Amino acid sequence: MPEVRELTLGEAVREALAEEMRRDPRVFMCGEDIAEAGTVFKVLGGLVEEFGTERVLDTPISEAGFTGMAVGAAMTGMRPVVDIMFGDFSTLVMDQMVNQAAKIHYMSGGKWKVPMVMRATLGATRRSAAQHSQSLHAWFCHIPGLKVVLPSTPYDAKGLMKTAIRDDNPVVFFEDKMMYKMKGPVPAEEYTIPFGVADVKRAGTDITIVATSSMVQVALGAAKLLEESGISAEVIDPRTVWPLDEKTIVESAKKTSRAIVVDEGYGRYGVTAEIASVIAEGAFFSLEAPVKRMGAMHVPIPFSPPLEDATVPTEQTVFEAAKALCG
Amino acid sequence: MTTVIDRSRTSSGMDVDQALRMYRQMVTIRLFEEKVNDLYTRALMPGLAHLYIGEEAVAVGVCEALRPDDYITSTHRGHGHCLAKGARLDRMFAELLGKEAGYCKGKGGSMHIADPDTGNLGANAIVGGSAGIATGAALSAKRLKTDRVAVCFFGDGAMGQGLLYEVMNMAALWKLPVIYVCENNLYNEYTHNSETLAGDILTRAAGFGIQGESIDGQDIRQVYATAKETVDRVRRGAGPAFLICNTYRFMGHHVGDVNREYYRSKQEEQMWKTERDPIKLTAEWLANEDLADRARLERVEGEVRSEIEKAAEFALSAPFPRPDKVDQDVYA
Repeated sequence: MPEVRELTLGEAVREALAEEMRRDPRVFMCGEDIAEAGTVFKVLGGLVEEFGTERVLDTPISEAGFTGMAVGAAMTGMRPVVDIMFGDFSTLVMDQMVNQAAKIHYMSGGKWKVPMVMRATLGATRRSAAQHSQSLHAWFCHIPGLKVVLPSTPYDAKGLMKTAIRDDNPVVFFEDKMMYKMKGPVPAEEYTIPFGVADVKRAGTDITIVATSSMVQVALGAAKLLEESGISAEVIDPRTVWPLDEKTIVESAKKTSRAIVVDEGYGRYGVTAEIASVIAEGAFFSLEAPVKRMGAMHVPIPFSPPLEDATVPTEQTVFEAAKALCG
Repeated sequence: MTTVIDRSRTSSGMDVDQALRMYRQMVTIRLFEEKVNDLYTRALMPGLAHLYIGEEAVAVGVCEALRPDDYITSTHRGHGHCLAKGARLDRMFAELLGKEAGYCKGKGGSMHIADPDTGNLGANAIVGGSAGIATGAALSAKRLKTDRVAVCFFGDGAMGQGLLYEVMNMAALWKLPVIYVCENNLYNEYTHNSETLAGDILTRAAGFGIQGESIDGQDIRQVYATAKETVDRVRRGAGPAFLICNTYRFMGHHVGDVNREYYRSKQEEQMWKTERDPIKLTAEWLANEDLADRARLERVEGEVRSEIEKAAEFALSAPFPRPDKVDQDVYA
């Protein structure tokens, strides 16, 4: 029997990074407080001891600068992994990711490559207020040339991170900061998870719930409540929102005839809108009800706990929405 | 006793062949740009182009000091840098015309010429946008011990971009082999830099402990000599350097910027063209030192002119990419 351990999501990410750095001397990390501090979330603890400060490189608080340097380093033989402490700071790196990293391969007629990973966090309910709580991954999905990864379990986080580092394109990897302590089984032996392959987290027959990142556990909790009401929910995690496994999602919606899409980003013009339209286009004639979208409320994330908690979908709200669709 | 005069070196110690090579390179850039303007005027070129005319000595002098495998990043006004770093005329023209044979298969155009074979990490249409890329290439060079240096070309307009200061700080902290070359042509598009720059530019580099110099960008000898000394120092591991090359954009911000009196006078332009033309100055120097007579220089110009014509003809008759190539090269 192959060995399977229980690791937290944070440990799984760290293990993936450590393995890839051992495998490939070109891989290095850079970001704020990543070396001795091991990031503010302690995800990278211990790596600087093994790999040294040149490969676990503490930077000044200059997100655009070190992300731009990672682009240049990636073009010239390195494989950088950039750490953006909070996804909210994506605003600071947008030119480097969108106008530089994403376009260089295309603009150069396919001659230069930018094999880099930008790690960032997403997710509210940490009482961190409006500038440290957003889920802005949809911004990157909008840009051709980037790939966007949203792991929801330790197993997925490790396998997807290893794939991200080996990819020859710029990959944006969002980790839910509230899930770092979540435990799950992770095999001890080597594995990777391909991009563009959704995972059916729970099989069902009456309704499809497509959920990403932090919302996968919410969807699974809702599915349990639905089961108690006699409704069988299928929970699908795309794992990468670009490339997107449209086939698995559409096939599931055709089978169940109802679908909800849940994502912690803003609903308007967001990931839920895109996936809902994929379902509407692909499964229209099989649908018994309109596709329902559930995302963050269209407000800046507030500080006060009862206000903040109202902004994100919960087991209860997903359960109620699903029940209404099946009613 | 007869005195043997060594004609292989100039009075400033420069190799004569090298001086002539740089002269030819400057003429090549000038005539390339004139041809680009001609193609634009005759509506044979899609889009716009930002001409490098007047600034040729900067690209040529700096790139002459570089090895073929050294890196550069360029700007929207980048044809001169690309040619000076070794780009071919025919593929340059082809790219400007959006042809398949261009450096980027027609996908980049005038502002995005890139070529791994000549160490050209790419021209960049975001002002100051390549500062991170050049500095990152220098980080690679240091980590991979390739002994390469990276040159980041940008204009005085980029001095307004924060990214530049972020990466200069890191380059200085980590002693990276990168040279920031500021082509100070006095104008940020249509605005004189007296309206955009506070203080002395050079002190900005000094603030990071980066050695800087401000030189006459119209004097090929000064540009090359300074660049050579700087590149050698940076390659030896002394950390980053900053070079201001004071120059002038003879033409408009782009080929369509024809009426310019509202932001600068014709007299000012005329003064630079008659008194500060880097090509004229080089020709005078070569003639005065008896290194090359007028006839020889005219021969060079004639040769270059026919190369330009041939390259432009190639590009004009080259095929466009097939429309079904549009979604290729999005991902590696």
